[in-house]
Amino acid sequence: MKRFSWFNATSLTLGFVFLYMPMIILVIYSFNASKLVTVWAGFSTKWYVELFHNEDFLAAAVVTLKVAVVSSTFATVLGTMAAYVLVRQGRFHGRTLFSGMIYAPLVMPEVITGLSLLLLFIGIGLDRGIVTIILAHTTFAMCYVSVVVSSRLTTFDHSLEEAALDLGCSPFEAFRLVTLPIIAPAIISGWLLAFTLSLDDLVIASFTSGPSATTLPIKIFSAVRLGVSPEINALSTIMIGIVTVGVVSASLITKRAAVKRARDEQSAERS
Amino acid sequence: MASAPRSSGIKHASTAFAPWEDPDAKPLIQFKNVTKKFGDFTAIDDLTIDIYQREFFALLGPSGCGKTTLMRMLAGFENPTRGQILLGGQDIVAVPPNKRPVNMMFQSYALFPHLSVWDNIAFGLRRDKLDQDKIEERVAEMLRLTRLEQFAKRKPHQISGGQRQRVALARSLAKAPKLLLLDEPLGALDKKLRNETQFELMDIQEKTGTTFVIVTHDQEEAMTVASRVAVMDHGKMIQVDTPAGIYEAPNSVYVADFIGDVNIVEGNATVQGDRVHISFAEGADPIITAFDQPISDGQRVSYAIRPEKISVDREPLADRANHVRGKIEDIGYLGDVSTYHVRLPSGGLISALMTNSRRLARRDFTWDDEVWLSWTDTAGVLLTK
Repeated sequence: MKRFSWFNATSLTLGFVFLYMPMIILVIYSFNASKLVTVWAGFSTKWYVELFHNEDFLAAAVVTLKVAVVSSTFATVLGTMAAYVLVRQGRFHGRTLFSGMIYAPLVMPEVITGLSLLLLFIGIGLDRGIVTIILAHTTFAMCYVSVVVSSRLTTFDHSLEEAALDLGCSPFEAFRLVTLPIIAPAIISGWLLAFTLSLDDLVIASFTSGPSATTLPIKIFSAVRLGVSPEINALSTIMIGIVTVGVVSASLITKRAAVKRARDEQSAERS
Repeated sequence: MASAPRSSGIKHASTAFAPWEDPDAKPLIQFKNVTKKFGDFTAIDDLTIDIYQREFFALLGPSGCGKTTLMRMLAGFENPTRGQILLGGQDIVAVPPNKRPVNMMFQSYALFPHLSVWDNIAFGLRRDKLDQDKIEERVAEMLRLTRLEQFAKRKPHQISGGQRQRVALARSLAKAPKLLLLDEPLGALDKKLRNETQFELMDIQEKTGTTFVIVTHDQEEAMTVASRVAVMDHGKMIQVDTPAGIYEAPNSVYVADFIGDVNIVEGNATVQGDRVHISFAEGADPIITAFDQPISDGQRVSYAIRPEKISVDREPLADRANHVRGKIEDIGYLGDVSTYHVRLPSGGLISALMTNSRRLARRDFTWDDEVWLSWTDTAGVLLTK
């Protein structure tokens, strides 16, 4: 173990303060009794209570969750299929072009993605609402999923699938019984990634949403333009809580699986 | 566990299992003029071969010689560019891998990491929609055969390399295939375990009566396990014969050189009655050898002789037809045997192998000793290609 040094301690503290100070302030002020955001007037949970009576916010939250769940599921299916074909089909004509085109949306400015989708929806005469947001989010989240899944597939031993075929599986059964269970962790993390991306997307959603459906980030953004209210702080605190619980549990699950595997392998070597 | 090592004597072949010598025997697998190309590269070049039921057939050759491609065509993972592959008389080229009565043991073992040993072995049986009790019975049988009973509930990463190899074997045998393909099955094991496992494999092959086709680049392994060995190079089978036939009667310099140690001497042939005299150096006595193929006077030939066929002595042995004088340049002491590298006056180097029947202190020769090498006129092989 390294010994304690003032330099390390200082840089660590500064780093964490820099990262988390804004969020800590936000969380503290969400429990402020005063309506004025910058004046502390004692502890209270009344903004949380009020938040749950705000129909607008609740409706937006429901829309956001619906969009996130549906679009990340579609994105996972499409992204996995794309990754599978690109990794597995070997070299076919235009493979580089296709894989490049899968990854291009990752670096495309969101404004452009949003604008082009908007033009498309107008062009085909699709009314903007929850359906268009889902379509838009599926489109841009799909390439993230495909990146995550294809990085797993490139290290996947192809002979496992051949073994499944050899033992009597049809190609689809081989995928379902062998490939899918093995790459499942990558697919799940792809889904989680798509879900979070959809949850906090503002730009693309604001291009593709209509009066009938607004997501939470749009709601927060437009509310803040009229002034920061403690209600927004409460809402943001809840979102931070959800994300923290999700990230921590996901990393704990991964870590525990890795530790268990290492222990199993050690005991195998000893026997 | 280990059965008696299979004798590799030539006499063995005529009395015991040798369906390839029986004109009425029906081959299990037939390759008919099979060619396989990958782009411009020809992996298999117009190959025709019959493999018989219950054979343990080894494909031997350096990497890139086409042996793995040949095996993958049997499994159905590759299709020939031209030609036919018959299994039990039926063309199987159009049959996908999952519909072939052929199973394969992969080089990487390809065990399913998310399934237990038991479920790995049951995997193929489940695809056949067998009854649960039938599956249980068969898996138990396979676990017994490969001595894995106490590991049934473990996952593949919880067992050792040797155990994994046995799980892979059990899984590929579970469906009782007509043909089992083994792709470098022992490559990942250390030498001691490999030797044990070779005999285990032969034992299991005899018990189950399955036809085995094994791919290997390890000549010792091929010689130990196989009933016949095919030596391959550049997509062609150079020679197909019993291990003893390959070793004692190679048909080309390539085969002689590939299997075991050998001295190759090049020279000009002169036919004298039923013997050929090969003059290999000016001033040296010609090598006298028997021959079994047409030779014309003055033809350039190669002569292959194995080190253990040559005797090293102080004086030439009178009952041997060939004698060469030389000086010991190097001695490789291996305990049971010693290899002598003898420099001839003509400049050539011949290696000879002698059993160390006496203890070290009483051994006859040392470095720079002048010795005579002697061998009979039937000890070597005359090669024209």
